[in-house]
Amino acid sequence: MSTGLVSVAYVVASICFILSLGGLSHQESARRGNWYGVAGIIIAVGATLASVGDGGITAIVIAVLLGAAIGIPIANKVEMTQMPQLVALLHSFVGLAAVLVGFAGYIEPLIATSGTEHTIKLVEVFVGIFIGAVTFTGSLVACGKLDGRIDSKALTLPGRHLMNLVAIIACVLLGAWFLGTESMALGILALVVMTVIASVLGIHLIMAIGGADMPVVVSMLNSYSGWAAASIGFMLGNDLLIVVGALVGSSGAILSYIMCKAMNRSFISVILGGFGQTTSSSAAVDSDQTVHESTVDDVCEELRNADSVIIVPGYGMAVAQAQNGVSEMTKILRDRGVNVRFGIHPVAGRLPGHMNVLLAEAHVPYDIVLEMDELNADFPDTDVVLVIGANDTVNPAAAEDPGSPIAGMPVLEVWKARQVVVLKRGMATGYSGVENPLFFKDNTRMLFGDAKESIDKLVNGLRG
Amino acid sequence: MKIGIPREIFEDERRVAATPPSVHKLIGLGYEVVVETSAGEAANYSDEAYEKVGAAIAADTKSLWQEADFILKVRAPMENPALGKHEVDLMKEGAFLVSYIWPAQNPELLEKLAARKITSFAIDSLPRISRAQKMDALSAMANIAGYRAVIEAANNFGRFFTGQVTAAGKVPPAKIMVIGAGVAGLAAIGAANSMGAIVRAFDTRLEVKEQVESMGAEFLVLDFDDEDGSGSGGYAKQMSDEFIKAEMALFAEQAEEVDIIITTALIPGKPAPKLITADMVKSMKPGSVIVDLASERGGNCELTEPGKVAHHHGVTLIGYTDLPSRMAKVASDLYATNLFHLLTELTPEKDGQPVVNMEDDVIRGLTVVNGEDVTWPPPKPEAPVSPQPAPGTEEPSAEQKAAAKKAADRRSLIGKGSLLIVTALALYGVGAHAPESFLQHFTVFVLACFIGWQVIWNVTPSLHTPLMSVTNAISGIIVIGAILHLAQAENIAVGIMAFVAVLIASINIGGGFRVTHRMLKMFRK
Repeated sequence: MSTGLVSVAYVVASICFILSLGGLSHQESARRGNWYGVAGIIIAVGATLASVGDGGITAIVIAVLLGAAIGIPIANKVEMTQMPQLVALLHSFVGLAAVLVGFAGYIEPLIATSGTEHTIKLVEVFVGIFIGAVTFTGSLVACGKLDGRIDSKALTLPGRHLMNLVAIIACVLLGAWFLGTESMALGILALVVMTVIASVLGIHLIMAIGGADMPVVVSMLNSYSGWAAASIGFMLGNDLLIVVGALVGSSGAILSYIMCKAMNRSFISVILGGFGQTTSSSAAVDSDQTVHESTVDDVCEELRNADSVIIVPGYGMAVAQAQNGVSEMTKILRDRGVNVRFGIHPVAGRLPGHMNVLLAEAHVPYDIVLEMDELNADFPDTDVVLVIGANDTVNPAAAEDPGSPIAGMPVLEVWKARQVVVLKRGMATGYSGVENPLFFKDNTRMLFGDAKESIDKLVNGLRG
Repeated sequence: MKIGIPREIFEDERRVAATPPSVHKLIGLGYEVVVETSAGEAANYSDEAYEKVGAAIAADTKSLWQEADFILKVRAPMENPALGKHEVDLMKEGAFLVSYIWPAQNPELLEKLAARKITSFAIDSLPRISRAQKMDALSAMANIAGYRAVIEAANNFGRFFTGQVTAAGKVPPAKIMVIGAGVAGLAAIGAANSMGAIVRAFDTRLEVKEQVESMGAEFLVLDFDDEDGSGSGGYAKQMSDEFIKAEMALFAEQAEEVDIIITTALIPGKPAPKLITADMVKSMKPGSVIVDLASERGGNCELTEPGKVAHHHGVTLIGYTDLPSRMAKVASDLYATNLFHLLTELTPEKDGQPVVNMEDDVIRGLTVVNGEDVTWPPPKPEAPVSPQPAPGTEEPSAEQKAAAKKAADRRSLIGKGSLLIVTALALYGVGAHAPESFLQHFTVFVLACFIGWQVIWNVTPSLHTPLMSVTNAISGIIVIGAILHLAQAENIAVGIMAFVAVLIASINIGGGFRVTHRMLKMFRK
């Protein structure tokens, strides 16, 4: 196949990818968007295969088919609650692929270069491998944390910022040496050493970030995997890779930005990590405040008498796998004519949009699942708010107590409703370690216990 | 214990103190309930409906009063003309009573109740604290009265509320002034506003300005140094003479302009203030309407005739005193729920035995007769303390704030400026030194970043997870680079590396698209 045709095929594939992302702007067009993406990949891979001719075609086909045969069954089996882990794991694959292709590109360049072009290419190789390695190990750690294999608490080593800085400076120096050396062996040595340092850096960076910052971390790694692909694209002089890398990179960057804004924190402070350990609870709660405990029967009664109910789910719902019960309850209440809606905080869960996916899996119609801004004005007119496993995202201290560590973070203003019922295992604080005054409000009732069991009891109570 | 629900005998009283749903809940508190026959008829609740939820029906008035240990009523007990006996005398000695009592105005009634050892709770004496809101019948009724006042005004007003431009000519919108922005006033503002009228409101308490504006009305401000009319317990207090003079001038000016005036001004324990004089009525346009919600306490308008509709100088003056009763069903529903909440507080064990806990502020305030003692008035509630800022967290002064903002602006400007300079230098460096081939790719890269930026902002937040998995899948495009290397591999090590890269990138592509597809399939309306 001529290079002209390949280029045209790549342009078509690029357009497919842009349409694919564009399709996600609405639920209706989202599925079509996914098919655009599939079409783009098939066109791109097909054109590439046609252009390489016979060389190694068997190995390529075997590798592709084997990869698909591993990937698709995993995707079929994965539980929706495990989605964050899967996404993180897939990011690490992109990182590793970037590292491997980078090395291959250095050892056996596809296009001969000289002079400035050669230097630029070496920089591209170096940067591509660096980002790829950070993405690879960082994503693996993120995956482990999300899966619970690694303690999700932030690991704060003494002088950790200094360690990161030293690692980065070391990589820069190695890079300078790498550009200066003529010998292939020394060059590979520099690359390997740098890869090791970058891998450690990736592990350390993500280890220092705690559980609730995971939405930011995962979208940040998403962004990195895009930049890794883009730098490999520069190395190979392949525009398709550059386009896709830039699309994915900016997508992840925007998601990170949205998540940070939802927590009222700067990107830098999230990346530097360690949130939650340094905060002393400035909002000391008066000891004479009491919580009002409630029973399943009382909550059922409240729900029966309510005209409008808002359910605010958090990570606790995902942990307890309570989403199907919640969906069942929603159906019963809606059949009774109750106006049931869901309020989703942007950083609820461990992945951007995590709650939406869980609720969709449990067949909750998406048009009653609303964002924080759409719903906040409606709380004063709401009879009952059910808070299921959410804590910091409904903390009034963020809005009312300027001394609170989470002050200024936009939260769902559930306390303005007539009655708030909080389903919770115990009185523990949320991820941020901040006491939640919501639990002590006069219109708040606590329903202690496992979220799934409580919800199942509520469903039975409402049926009976 | 047996709760009795008598039929109201006050003239034109259509409300009832318990509805079938509230009776059901009262039985849940451990009480038995007996309802006088046709007690709920005027509020559209039949005897059968009460029987269905487990209430007994008393055939006549006498048997009900004698049977019941706890009477729930709307109006204060009064002389029953048919039986020739006062309702208090019909009750069992030592029984309980909840109703409106107005203890300040009815000292004889309190004596009478105490003589019969009837523990009485005056729902109108409820302390105004947030815990007690669910029992606040005055607010519930005021809300209804405010709404109904607008309906009555509309009924007597010869024009649309909303302005219209029709083929048959232009109709101006009605202008309404609401005096007193308590619960009734705010309800009236809301109702009038939703019918399309232009609404203005006045209140001596400046703190309600925000509430007024939130309901969609304009808050009228006096040309007067700020005297705040907030008294204790959220009610208004009496104002100084100069203030009243300025206020009257405002009303006189407004009266000439507006079409409808709704007055709700009351001061606790005093007759209603006269705010609308006969001259002001005269100055109003013919066809105008005044609804006087204070008419039971003498009226805010000099010409109001309590309980009636009067016409003076071409203006209709509505002085109904039974506005909540004119919406008997909803009024009964709300009142019954208020009483149910009260009984929940009185019956902590849910065993049908009321406990009068005089330590509880709410119960203390409500109880006007306890056994044989008159316990009204309750000890004074503490005056509302306006929240003082805690020491150390004082609001920074306006200048400090302005200075801080300026500094922040300057910082962000410096930040943006330096970013711009760095970008410009970087671009210059790239343009001056990089070879042509790199620049081509660079162009593509920058444009793609911008396309990504534009496209991603449009993605709906609920699809952020599918977005991540689909971008993940397409970043598997790196497979192309791996394929190219694998195809041309000469070195075995490179071949293996490229093979592994193709393999894992393919896992990514297959898995990523498949899982995105699965997720998107789940989203449904």
